[in-house]
Amino acid sequence: MLKIVDSAVPVACWSCSVARNASTLFCPNCSKIQPPATGDYFAVFGLQPRLNLDLDALEREFHRLSRRLHPDRFARASDSEKEWSLADTALLNDAYRTLKDPLKRTEYVLKLHGAEIGEEHSGNRQDPSRAPADLLEEVFELNMQLEEMRMARQMGDDDPEAAKSLSEAKRKFEGLLQEVDRDLRAQWTAWEEGGDAQRQTAQKQMVALLDRRRYLRNLVRDVTETLGD
Amino acid sequence: MPQAPVVGIDLGTTNSLVAYMEGDKPVVIPGVDGSNLVPSVVALDPIPANGGRPTVTVGNSARKSLIENPERVIYSVKRLMGRGLEEVKNELRFFPFRLADDVEAGEVPRLQIGELRFTPPEISAYVLRQLKRNAERFFGVPVNQAVITVPAYFNDAQRQATKDAGRMAGLEVLRLVNEPTAASLAYGLDRAKEGTIAVYDLGGGTFDISILKLRDGIFEVQSTNGDTHLGGDDIDNLLLTIALDEIHAEHGVDLRAHPGAVQALRKAAIDAKVRLSSEQSAYFDMELPNGDRYQREIPRNVFEVMIEPILERTAGPCKQAIADAGITPEQIDEVVLVGGSTRIPAVRQLVDRLFKLGERGKKPHTDLNPDEVVALGAAVQAGILADSSEKTRDLLLLDVTPLSLGIEALGGVVAKIIQRNSTIPASAVEYFTTGVDGQTNVAIHVVQGERELASDCRSLARFDLKGIPPMSAGLPRIEVKFLIDADGILQVTAREQRSGKEAQIEVKPTYGLTDEQVENMIIDSYDHAEEDFANRLLIEARNEADNILRAVEHAPQNPAWMQLTVEERSAIATARERLIEARQGTDVTAISQASVALDQTTRRFAEMMMDAAVTTAIRGKTMDAAGNELDDKVTAPHPMAAAEFK
Repeated sequence: MLKIVDSAVPVACWSCSVARNASTLFCPNCSKIQPPATGDYFAVFGLQPRLNLDLDALEREFHRLSRRLHPDRFARASDSEKEWSLADTALLNDAYRTLKDPLKRTEYVLKLHGAEIGEEHSGNRQDPSRAPADLLEEVFELNMQLEEMRMARQMGDDDPEAAKSLSEAKRKFEGLLQEVDRDLRAQWTAWEEGGDAQRQTAQKQMVALLDRRRYLRNLVRDVTETLGD
Repeated sequence: MPQAPVVGIDLGTTNSLVAYMEGDKPVVIPGVDGSNLVPSVVALDPIPANGGRPTVTVGNSARKSLIENPERVIYSVKRLMGRGLEEVKNELRFFPFRLADDVEAGEVPRLQIGELRFTPPEISAYVLRQLKRNAERFFGVPVNQAVITVPAYFNDAQRQATKDAGRMAGLEVLRLVNEPTAASLAYGLDRAKEGTIAVYDLGGGTFDISILKLRDGIFEVQSTNGDTHLGGDDIDNLLLTIALDEIHAEHGVDLRAHPGAVQALRKAAIDAKVRLSSEQSAYFDMELPNGDRYQREIPRNVFEVMIEPILERTAGPCKQAIADAGITPEQIDEVVLVGGSTRIPAVRQLVDRLFKLGERGKKPHTDLNPDEVVALGAAVQAGILADSSEKTRDLLLLDVTPLSLGIEALGGVVAKIIQRNSTIPASAVEYFTTGVDGQTNVAIHVVQGERELASDCRSLARFDLKGIPPMSAGLPRIEVKFLIDADGILQVTAREQRSGKEAQIEVKPTYGLTDEQVENMIIDSYDHAEEDFANRLLIEARNEADNILRAVEHAPQNPAWMQLTVEERSAIATARERLIEARQGTDVTAISQASVALDQTTRRFAEMMMDAAVTTAIRGKTMDAAGNELDDKVTAPHPMAAAEFK
């Protein structure tokens, strides 16, 4: 069931015609820049998809590749090389942005493996009915407080008591967020080092954790916005 | 003929500069009058009676027309670049120039100057052409490639408008660089720096804050924020408004009906602002048309209270940028100040507070001239692109997009596809389909901004995907690739995947000129053969000589002439003779040098004339605040500031 994107299809370099791996950004023979790679974000860095990453090494590699690929290096090159430099650098930047962030990386890896991750709807307020079961009661109460606070604000009132209890709730949910992050990291290792069955379980767990995390984060954001700080 | 270097241009609200890499060092190229700053002021004379093109003057000479002929002069046009009709209308409340009446919504607004109409990019193109000419005079060869700086917080339309202006001026714009990032390059060049720096850039009309991480010669922007309508201009306008209101209330005179008088008062306001950076108090003292005097002392503490709301507007963007970089103020190692407005002590206090500098025993960096540092950085970037210097070989700038890019989804909500502060180039792929059987067009509305509703964001363009093969609703799969390039400008390509057909895209920029329109606005022919070029340099040198000679010829008729000493008058006469003689030859350098010499001997006279012009403009006799201090070493960046009088 694991669907690893196979990027090791050989293609010919446009400049020297030597066969190369389609996921490399430079020809190993003549070092010329190549059209955008066909592999995934990990392949850009010459890595296998994984969750535990050495971020310092990733940054060093990002800088090294940037120096070679960036459009600044091709200001006087041919039009196609310019175009590839632009496309390759965009790919490199998109890849780095995704992989350096633990959450984006987790979502990306799970998507590569066919998992469905809930899409973001940044605009909408949280629907309490979608709250994780163990949090239902608290979310319900929080939403009441938020509503009261908003009403008070509209009337021009300032309710320090309500603000205080909201701040407390915010701290609590932030704590829960950190918990989720710890749980996620624990699953990374299970996913990477376990057998097929463990891997499947870890994957399901991570999808659920990511949903929970998204819900919590939006709650925290709503509270922050309402508190106005 | 040797090839000219790629130049770096700071196209500022108030002043513009051109610089280049002299070996390993960025250097500003002075104009014919010896001044590094070219005021971003364009004066357009009427079309001559016998037809032809109107005479265009740029810079210091155009500034002189501001008071005598305010309706034919455009300044601070950067504030209008890439903006829609409504925004421009709002902006123009403070400017003496006006919009053409027949501009329709959706068109690029045009300014009415006498019988002529110009779009903001055309006016900027005149400034750029002047800088190009200054560089060509300096190098003696054509200059065709440039790096131009823009405020980091400029949106897509404002960037595109700047690029269009470059093209109109006959320049291939190799790169648009963000101003604070350029400044960091100029600062970081000589020191192998590591760490996190913040660049606080408060100029004439724009404010930017950028936070960068420096490591191994890589300048990686972490976050940027700002306000493209916040700067020294706002302080000038505030002082001006207060003075106008006071004059109206206390003396019953409404100066607003006299554009020349308003400009004179604006000049006095700017002088007061500049003086308050070094002194504890400044004075307005001018005679009004009805014979009254308007006298007003502005102590620095009062000034600081007045401008606090303006300065405070820079705090929000700073905090947001720090938060977006995922750091705290304490983690910022250095703060660099850029832009003329950072000379104001209250600005420095604010920066100190925002970045907790004093309490950490730090001071902001001000060692490079805040008026020049952006142009110097642009030259460094030009050096990087041209690979011309050993020093720039290992430098690389990784900038970000300042605003999120989104698509209008159902219900007018924005679906963000590229988040703000993403390193550019950046891309995103989205898939679209049809909603009706046999539908062959899909319209996509692209917006830029952080708000939830498309109507609250900046509309960038409407893309019309055409020629989709007729299929059942929902079946076509149209892949649209959005790519923000290294200039921060959006490119879009689309493909229908089921048929493999490249979908046609019709791009309608919401606030921009079409390619064809830009083509028609090119003010100088692109390709000039080499002999043409030498010839053009000679013609230009002679034209310049003629301008100066004409001015000097009329000089004795001006009352200020009698105030010159006998020695001064004879020195002018000698310099004039020399220029007339040089002008008859074909040595471009000799003509230019003689022009500069004559210009310099007449400088005091020019000051007095300007003073007189100010006085005539308000039909009074004196205006101490404006006139007395012209000899001071004033370098405030503004069209009306006395930058060239030293």
